[in-house]
Amino acid sequence: MSDVDITSKEMDGMGPKGTKIGLARVLGPAHVWALGVGIVLVGEYMGWNFSVGKGGAYAALIACWFAGILYSCVAMIDSEVTSTVAAAGGQYTQAKHIVGPLMAFNVGLYLVFAYTMLEAANAITFGFLIETVAGMTGHEGLDQRPFIVLAIMFLAWLNYRGVLATLTFNLVITAIAFIAIIVLFLATSPIFGASPLRHVELMTGLPYGWLGVLAAMHFGLWYYLGIEGTCQAAEEVRSPARSLPFGTLAGIMTLLIAASLTWYVCVGLIPWEYLGQAGVPLFDAARLTGSTTLMILLGIGTMFATLASANGCINDASRAWFAMGRDHYLPDWFGAVHPTFRTPYRSIIFLVPIALIFALGAPIDQVITFSILSGLLEYTFMPLNVIMFRRKWPLDSIRRGYEHPFHPIPALVLLSLCGVTYFAVFLGYGTQLVAMISFYIIVSLWFHFWRYRFVRRGAQFTMPWPRPLGY
Amino acid sequence: MAKYIPPVQSKIGQIIDVIVLLVLAIGALYVPLFMKLAGSDVTHVVPENPTWESLGQNATMVEKWNQLGYADAASAAEIITARFDYSFSIGSLLVMILVIVGYYFIMLKFSEKEYRDVISEKFDG
Repeated sequence: MSDVDITSKEMDGMGPKGTKIGLARVLGPAHVWALGVGIVLVGEYMGWNFSVGKGGAYAALIACWFAGILYSCVAMIDSEVTSTVAAAGGQYTQAKHIVGPLMAFNVGLYLVFAYTMLEAANAITFGFLIETVAGMTGHEGLDQRPFIVLAIMFLAWLNYRGVLATLTFNLVITAIAFIAIIVLFLATSPIFGASPLRHVELMTGLPYGWLGVLAAMHFGLWYYLGIEGTCQAAEEVRSPARSLPFGTLAGIMTLLIAASLTWYVCVGLIPWEYLGQAGVPLFDAARLTGSTTLMILLGIGTMFATLASANGCINDASRAWFAMGRDHYLPDWFGAVHPTFRTPYRSIIFLVPIALIFALGAPIDQVITFSILSGLLEYTFMPLNVIMFRRKWPLDSIRRGYEHPFHPIPALVLLSLCGVTYFAVFLGYGTQLVAMISFYIIVSLWFHFWRYRFVRRGAQFTMPWPRPLGY
Repeated sequence: MAKYIPPVQSKIGQIIDVIVLLVLAIGALYVPLFMKLAGSDVTHVVPENPTWESLGQNATMVEKWNQLGYADAASAAEIITARFDYSFSIGSLLVMILVIVGYYFIMLKFSEKEYRDVISEKFDG
C-alpha cells in the first residue's frame, strides 16, 4: 500500500513536477457543494422541461428518476476515483492514470465542451430572462446580446481573480436559487391552504407512448448535468478525501429534491405543450401563481441559477484546459498559474471568446444537446474507468479516500442507462449525435498521430501508486 | 525502455494546433446548422380555424394559456400541435450504434498502446 497521504496540504497536486506555484488549496466541502449544485441547479430553471416536450409530463418524471439513478452512479464512482486521484482536470486526470492518454485527451475535451456549451446556454437564458422582464415592464425588443457578453465577461473576471471568492459567490447565489424553489413549492402546495396546482386537469397521458419515455431521457440528463464537475476542484480543496465525496453526494441529494419539486410544481401549473418548449419554466410557473412576490423571487432565482452555473462552468472548463496544457496535450502555455491569484488565468481568458461564439450564434437546444452529448460520452467512460481502476489497483493496493459500495453494479447500471440515453438523443437529434462523435473520432486521430509526439511519456503518470496489475 | 524525449514545438506550430482544434469543434456544431441538418424533427399540424376544443384543451388549460398571454386558440395552435417525428430506420440506428462502438473501440485500442509505453517508461525507465 502506498504511504503517500493524498490529503497532504504540502503537495500541490502536481506530482513529481514539483511546481512551486500551484493552485491555491483554500476550498471546503461547502464550496464543493456550491460548485456542483451551482453548475446544475440551472437545469431545474431551464432545459429539463424539454423532456416534457419529448415525451409528456409523466415521461419527464420517469426520466427525472432514471437520470437520478444514472447520476447517483456517477457520483458514487466519481467520489471513489476522484478522492484518490486528487488533481485538477478531474476525470481527465483519472483517465490519464487509469485508461491511457488518448482516452484522457478525449475526456478533457468532453469536459471543456460540456462546460463551455453549458456556460453558453446559461448566458443565452440569462439574456432571454432580461429580455422577458424588459418586455413585461414595457421595454419591448431589448437587445439581449450586451447582457450575454457582460455576464460571461464578469464571471470570467471573477474566476481570474481567485477561486475562493468565485465559489463563495456561487455558494450564496446557489443557496438563494435553491431556497426559491423550496419557497415556490411550499407556497403552491396544498399544505398551507388553497393551492393553484391543477394536476388532474393539466396532466395528460403519454403523447408518444413509451417511446416518448425513452426519448425524454435525452433532456432528463439536464436535471443533473454537471454534478461531476465537483472533481475539478480536487487540487484546490483543503481535504480532497473528505470534501469531495461529502460535497458531491450532498450535491446529488440536493438536486434529487430540487428536480422532484420542480417537476411537481411546473406540471401542476403549465400545460405540457407550453412547458415542453418554455425558455424559463420556473419563472413561468411563478407567473401563473398570480403572486408578484413569487414571480420576482423566481426571476431572481433564475438569474442567480444561470450565473452560478456559468460561473462554475468557467471554473471547470478552465481547469480541464489548464490540466491538458500542463501535460502538453495542448500547448503548455495554457498550463500557467497566475503568480498572485493562483488561478489558471490563461485558460480562463482563452475560453471566453469560444463561449461567446456559441452563446451569440447558436440556438439553445443545439447548444444544450452539444453539452449533453459531451456529458454522455463522459458518463460512458466512467464505468469503464472504475472497472479498470479496481482491476489495476485492487482495494488493498492503494489508499482510497472513499470506496463506493456494490461494485460493479453502479458501473453496469450507468453503462446501461447511457445506452438508453444515446437512443433517446438519436430520437430527434440523430444528426448532432453523429456530427459530435465524428468530431471526436477526427480529433482522436489528430491527437494519436500528431499531437501526442509532443507529450512526455512516463512523466504523465504523476500519482504515487505502485505499478498497475497486468502491466 | 529508453526515455522518450519529445521534440520542441515551435510557437507557430502550437498556435496552429489550437486553431485546428477550434475549427473542428466549431465545425461540429455549425456545419450541421449550416447544412440545415441540425435541430429536432418537429412537425406542426395546425387545423384550419383552430378552436380550444379542436386542440384538445379543457377549461383549466385554456385559463392557463390565457394567463400565459395566448388570448385565442389560433395564437397557441402552433405550440400545441408541435410533435416530434420519432420514425427512424433500422439502418440509421445501426449506423449510430456502429459509430459509437467504433469510436470507443478505436479510443481504447490506441489508449492501451500509449498507456503501456507510459507505464513502461515510468516503472522501468
